[in-house]
Amino acid sequence: MDSFANRRHVIRFIIILIGLIFIIRLFLLQVVDNTYKVTASSNVLRYVTQFPARGLIYDREGKLLVYNEAAYDIMVVPQQLQSFDTTEFCQILDISKEYVDENLQRAKEYSYYNSSIFLKQVSSKTYATLQEKLYKYPGFFVQARTLRRYTTESGAHLLGYVGEVNEKIIKNDEYYKLGDYVGISGIEQSYEEYLRGQKGVNVFLVDVHNRIKGTYANGRLDKKAEIGSNIISTVNIELQAYGEKLMKNKIGSIVALEPSTGEILALVSSPTYNPELLVGRIRTKNFATLTNDTLMPLFNRALMAQYPPGSPFKVINMLIGLQEKVVFPHTKYECHGAYYSGNFRMGCHSHKPNINLIESIQMSCNNYLANVFRNILDNKKYSSIRESFDHWRDYVTSFGFGQHLNSDFDNELKGIVPTKETYDRIYGERGWRSLTLISMSIGQGELGTTPLQMANMTAAIANRGYYYTPHIVKEIEGDYELDGRFYEKHYTMIDSNYFEPVIDGMDLAVNEDYSTGSTAWRGKIPGITVCGKTGTAENPHGEDHSIFVAFAPKEDPKIAIAVYIENGGFGGTWATPMAKLMIEKYLNDSIAVPWWEEYVLNADINYNAEKDQHME
Amino acid sequence: MQRRINIWSNIDWLAVTIYLVLVFLGWINIYAAVYNEEHQSIFDFSQRYGKQLVWVSAALVIAFFVFIIDINFYSYFAYLVYGIMIFLLIAVLIFGREVHGAKSWFELGSFRFQPAEFAKIATALALARYLSTFNVQLNTMKAYVRVAAIILIPALLIFLQNDTGSALVYFVFILVLYREGLSASVLLLGFFIVLLFVLALVLEKLLIILLSISIVFIIFWFLNRKLKNVAIGFGILVVSVAILYGINEYFKLGLTYYYIMLAALGFSAFIYIILSISYKVRNVILLLIFLLGSIVFTFSVDYVFNNFLGEHQQKRINVVLGLESDPFGVEYNVNQSKIAIGSGGFSGKGFLRGTQTKFDFVPEQSTDFIFCTIGEEWGFLGTFFVVGLFIFFLYRLIGIAERQRSSFSRIYGYGVVSVLFFHIVINIGMTIGLVPVIGIPLPFFSYGGSSLWAFTIMLFILLRLDASRLELLK
Repeated sequence: MDSFANRRHVIRFIIILIGLIFIIRLFLLQVVDNTYKVTASSNVLRYVTQFPARGLIYDREGKLLVYNEAAYDIMVVPQQLQSFDTTEFCQILDISKEYVDENLQRAKEYSYYNSSIFLKQVSSKTYATLQEKLYKYPGFFVQARTLRRYTTESGAHLLGYVGEVNEKIIKNDEYYKLGDYVGISGIEQSYEEYLRGQKGVNVFLVDVHNRIKGTYANGRLDKKAEIGSNIISTVNIELQAYGEKLMKNKIGSIVALEPSTGEILALVSSPTYNPELLVGRIRTKNFATLTNDTLMPLFNRALMAQYPPGSPFKVINMLIGLQEKVVFPHTKYECHGAYYSGNFRMGCHSHKPNINLIESIQMSCNNYLANVFRNILDNKKYSSIRESFDHWRDYVTSFGFGQHLNSDFDNELKGIVPTKETYDRIYGERGWRSLTLISMSIGQGELGTTPLQMANMTAAIANRGYYYTPHIVKEIEGDYELDGRFYEKHYTMIDSNYFEPVIDGMDLAVNEDYSTGSTAWRGKIPGITVCGKTGTAENPHGEDHSIFVAFAPKEDPKIAIAVYIENGGFGGTWATPMAKLMIEKYLNDSIAVPWWEEYVLNADINYNAEKDQHME
Repeated sequence: MQRRINIWSNIDWLAVTIYLVLVFLGWINIYAAVYNEEHQSIFDFSQRYGKQLVWVSAALVIAFFVFIIDINFYSYFAYLVYGIMIFLLIAVLIFGREVHGAKSWFELGSFRFQPAEFAKIATALALARYLSTFNVQLNTMKAYVRVAAIILIPALLIFLQNDTGSALVYFVFILVLYREGLSASVLLLGFFIVLLFVLALVLEKLLIILLSISIVFIIFWFLNRKLKNVAIGFGILVVSVAILYGINEYFKLGLTYYYIMLAALGFSAFIYIILSISYKVRNVILLLIFLLGSIVFTFSVDYVFNNFLGEHQQKRINVVLGLESDPFGVEYNVNQSKIAIGSGGFSGKGFLRGTQTKFDFVPEQSTDFIFCTIGEEWGFLGTFFVVGLFIFFLYRLIGIAERQRSSFSRIYGYGVVSVLFFHIVINIGMTIGLVPVIGIPLPFFSYGGSSLWAFTIMLFILLRLDASRLELLK
């Protein structure tokens, strides 16, 4: 009783129908359709990647900094190779026979059927010669690429460089294929996604003689390359170049910011290198040389070198004291050349004995700040030093210390602001008190900061209480916006009215007469009120580091700057005049007293000595 | 009542011969697909073709053992085998090894085994056993639920292994159910759903709704054979559209045509219902439900497509429908595959002379894309022969299934036919760009032990049942 037996016909019908559809489709595909019909067995499709031009980079004034130049890679597909005249081939390309053998072997090992790079970056002239004779060398073809070129010798650290992708990048991001280029540091790295554009592809039909016969399927599979977006940097390349000039024969860093935006005007790390050195075929060799240089020119000191903040940090402690109401503008402390507490003594330098708050900043009095610092930590408002220390730490970190500032550089250092746990570990929970930490009152001790963080602190002071995250890119062309974090005001925990007395002190430090004990008299610029604070960071390895932070003009700050000269000694000696020159250059575009320029340019601060020492 | 006869003289040697031809062709095409100069011997056991020869030999031994097992074993132990397979499918989810993103392999030393391949046999057996049980008819809710459970439990488990292709295979059992009495409308509905799914992705929603309305009117005419009713219905709809369009324009409501159409339909539906009740016109409500169903369905397709399918699955479907171009990814594979097959021309480039089908160009050349090698090296003659042979084979197997005296054997036979059919359609269809890329092997051709053995066992159980068909007296 099988009442559905007739359904076998329906099922058979379905099967045969689909079989017929397949056979018709196969007939169309294999016999009728000419697109797929390639006669000889060696006819193949070639996928030629179209590399887009990388975005250009301009400075804030619209000056072109980085552009592209065409270069050509010779590619090979081992499967299509036929015997060829090696001698002529080597002659055209200026390579040895061994090079040919070695690289063909390598290509075969990589893939027999896919193309790989045979010779990188030949010039357009060689390319032109080869192109005419390419028909003699089946299996070889030319792939156009672009190389980075620079209009300037400056700014290598902030521009960054481009290099070939490594295996790890290829593994993590499908976009990159062997032989592709990628931004490795600086703007090139941080804005890689915008600069690179989008690769395209052309699919060609190629005949037995290695000649392109035309596009495949009317270009339906082709994808146009999209060129990369141009980037306008915040850097002022003239200021940057000037900074690098001043830093010649010195080790250290200069960071200049625009306080009202957080834009980086200059980011000097010395010694530096010419960005052209890391382009093209010479890259590998130069990279090795630069890596082996004992003064580490590849190392970006502005972001990655950690120094004690030194005396500029007194400003922070003073502001915290004012906010916590443990010191007032009229408060006076007597200083007799040192700070004493029981048997403890911390030296000061000579200045008049009885000084108020403003004068203490002007003269950088250690004794005054030691008192303020202890007032903060021994404040009766808090139950213990562990609590008051936490408050102090919150204030300090609100200036951006001890953390990544989150700029658009990838390799910022965090710096160090110790926590109470640090001291618990060293001294035990009850084993430390304000005097234990006293060296931090003057910016020594366990503190570590980068020049970028110091410049940022200066900007926050110039703004009377807030800062914008420092950044190196001003604009991305096309429909892109900068990350929102660069438009966000970060308030410090100090109310704006407390800044005035401290800023007055910084004003006097620069603009009062030398005889009154002003530490930064070398920073004076006629017609501009510069506010600054010198610093001298103790260096266990040798001569102290010379530090100066400053902003100008006082009432409407246009530039905030931090200068670190390694082994430069007292801050007022070297760092101050250099900051002064930078500010003057930026605001006036000319130097009123050229003698100062000579003074700085002629100085060799432990630079060649350091170099020689390592050479021995 | 049973009688003993010599099973060896009753084997369907034609089917066995076709099987051997297919396996042999598979083997030499795997050789061509992964051929390289350094390992020229087809017996080189370090290469896939060498290994495939081992699998083939083992498959023949397995076939022999399948044959000497008593016929009653398969029906008596159908449920037990099914239970064990379900257990293995669960176990592989826990202890299995992930290969290409699907956690569907057991690994014992160098030996790998994929239970999903064998679960099809177990499901076919269990389904045959259940449907052949005395008094089970596919017309009660209870029977439907049980049948659905038998089919969908393994499908679901395999889906959880992230092996969507193998899970989809189970839907082909609908053919078996159809043969055993499932209403034809279910088959049609299934077809309609697939069609609507494709259309919903390709066409504008407005066009689909117009299309659905037209279809419904045509069906309405078929069912009632009264042109007058159709005309009245159509008139009502046109008038409502016109009114709503006027309102929309006059009050500047800014509704799109699609929503005007939808509103007009709702309005008309209300009138249809009243009229159909008062004039006793049959089928109207049923058709309205059908219409509503397809509208809801097209709406949900986008949702399902965007929320339930993985990105790569969306891509594969989009590429086949021509909605997305992805020359480096999915489309690359399909294109290379089409180029390979297309470049074969009428008579092919000759054995081992294919240039496209070396595994650098087409991925999974020896497994899922083995058909490309046939297409390139043997041309249209080769593909015609292989497709023809498969179709003939299926035709033959239906013949075998139909001549069984026990319904268990017949139903199992249709299970075999359906599974083979699905694999063939999907696999070949994907290489020629008619079906989205779904990674399931071409029976008897694709490289791999598990799938070859599973198909062999599946087939030879049927041939074993067939050889003894005369033992059962009618």
